[in-house]
Amino acid sequence: MSAVPGTLAVTLRDLERRFGDFVAVNRISLDVRQGEIFGFLGPNGAGKSTTIRMLCGLLEPSGGQGTVAGLDIRTQREEIKRSIGYMSQKFSLYDDLTVEENIDFFSGIYRVPKEKKAERKAWVLDMAHLQEHRRTRTGLLPGGWKQRLSLGCALLHEPRVLFLDEPTSGVDPLSRRSFWDLIYQMASEGVTVFVTTHYMEEAEYCDRLALIYRGELVALGTPGEMKGGLMADQVLRVACDRSHEALGVAATVAGVRDAALFGRDIHLMTEDAEALAPRLRRSLEEGGFQVGAVERITPSLEDVFVSLIEARDRADGAQKEFKA
Amino acid sequence: METVRTQALTRRFGDLVALDQLSLAVEEGEIFGLVGPDGAGKTTTMRLLTGILEPSSGEAWVDGLHAVRDAEAIKDRIGYMAQRFGLYPDLTVQENIDFYADLYEVPKAGRGERLERLLAFSNLTPFRRRLAGNLSGGMKQKLGLACALIHTPRVLFLDEPTNGVDPVSRRDFWRILYQLQQERVTIFVSTAYLDEAERCNRIGLLHQGRLMACDTVDGVKGLLQGALLEVRCESPRRAAVLLRAAKIGNVALFGDRIHVLAEDADRGRSSVEAILRVEGLACHGVDVIEPTLEDIFTSALPSGAA
Repeated sequence: MSAVPGTLAVTLRDLERRFGDFVAVNRISLDVRQGEIFGFLGPNGAGKSTTIRMLCGLLEPSGGQGTVAGLDIRTQREEIKRSIGYMSQKFSLYDDLTVEENIDFFSGIYRVPKEKKAERKAWVLDMAHLQEHRRTRTGLLPGGWKQRLSLGCALLHEPRVLFLDEPTSGVDPLSRRSFWDLIYQMASEGVTVFVTTHYMEEAEYCDRLALIYRGELVALGTPGEMKGGLMADQVLRVACDRSHEALGVAATVAGVRDAALFGRDIHLMTEDAEALAPRLRRSLEEGGFQVGAVERITPSLEDVFVSLIEARDRADGAQKEFKA
Repeated sequence: METVRTQALTRRFGDLVALDQLSLAVEEGEIFGLVGPDGAGKTTTMRLLTGILEPSSGEAWVDGLHAVRDAEAIKDRIGYMAQRFGLYPDLTVQENIDFYADLYEVPKAGRGERLERLLAFSNLTPFRRRLAGNLSGGMKQKLGLACALIHTPRVLFLDEPTNGVDPVSRRDFWRILYQLQQERVTIFVSTAYLDEAERCNRIGLLHQGRLMACDTVDGVKGLLQGALLEVRCESPRRAAVLLRAAKIGNVALFGDRIHVLAEDADRGRSSVEAILRVEGLACHGVDVIEPTLEDIFTSALPSGAA
């Protein structure tokens, strides 16, 4: 797990995968630094799993190049499988084995050398704070503890790159935070972490995020950058009474690209929130609504992603019409 | 008018208290979110309210009917979409809805019209002849919802409806829920995700079978004492360790940002800036931000809660 500062853990250049006529992954290029926590996001069918399967050495690319932990994803697939760890919510531990038996089992699967087994087991028990529960049946552990055990098992063979698939779904926020503290610790020891998730609260923990859609890389940046400047539209929050009815009125005001309810508020997407605000207030008040705060808000990561995806859909739609 | 009411509702399984004295009320036309991690008691609550499970003690009413005494009558008034929703993969979209219409004994007259409306409303009209097994996750979810709505229920129970559904489909799904709300349908939804909880009118935070807080999202956020600061600086991982060691408040790292819950905004900001300066780390900004529900969950609940 020795960390060489500044080296790249993952490099992709024009990575491509076709299934017949269908282009599942379309010339993706990106770099992930060693020790970075990289979030990989996108709707179902966007090409996420296909990309990850290529990164893990499970699927051969149709074109382009890539390396994982310095190994070529075309020619060194077997070596890659031994250099990476994989953990998923669905990737199950054996509930009827004890904590210790699970560790022993995965130690065997990952071919941890005999002389290292005891040391690695101690490391996992310590890391996951499960020393006192080593003989507890895994099925009896609370969700957050299972998650830590599962993480420990994925790290038994000291992989340099760790893939996490929706790692904390269904776990309470306190356990989630302690899980991520462990991940940050791993990352500062040089392990590169590649995370996929549908949940933005998980994405917020990443150093950098990539959004992929229809096989293409749509956006790349830190969560702060994503919320700061990547979105063409601005978000205006409107508090008013009878928000369901007001929504219909708001949607027709010039300059509103999209209007949606959010709890008791209305969120509007617009190119220029400042210009829209007074116009919108007037329209709603003329319609007899009691209008409270009308303010520009920082978009959530979800706002940003949905807006980027819809912008791409509009662009593709326009192109299709043009071609037709 | 209250559509759902529970009074000290409790359910034990052997020694385990899955739900402990739950008392709450949901108004007609409200979207109420029951929020908590796996094992908090969300599904148990759903099953008690839908008449599938009997309470160990306490009582519940749904649409004016008693959850135990009127359990059969309740089933006609509610729609329930469980986590593993029973769609038939080898039936088409339309056949699935028809099947549920028979199950709920929806009168044949007017059924066609209802079907068309539900298909249109869930954007499934173009896919009516597709096998349910060939739908994407988001479309299955919408079909599940359409089936749960065929008998025009007054109360809709949704148990973690968007688990595993991507953000775009999730947003689409919520659009439909808001439309239903407009028809005064009461929606009782459970979720483990706090960003989803923010979309509800009111939420109850459930933890280990107990209701820890119950209010509007803003009301729950008001429970947070102190000011939440977002710090952007050089080497955030190192900075988080330093700030934590300085004990100036609860510190949490989020990728390139650090959240610090300080007792006072100004004093907190000066402390953060001073600590970073001493360590020679460049500070790019310290801003007071609005807490998310996640911040509330981790800081505002009594520490014994977890």
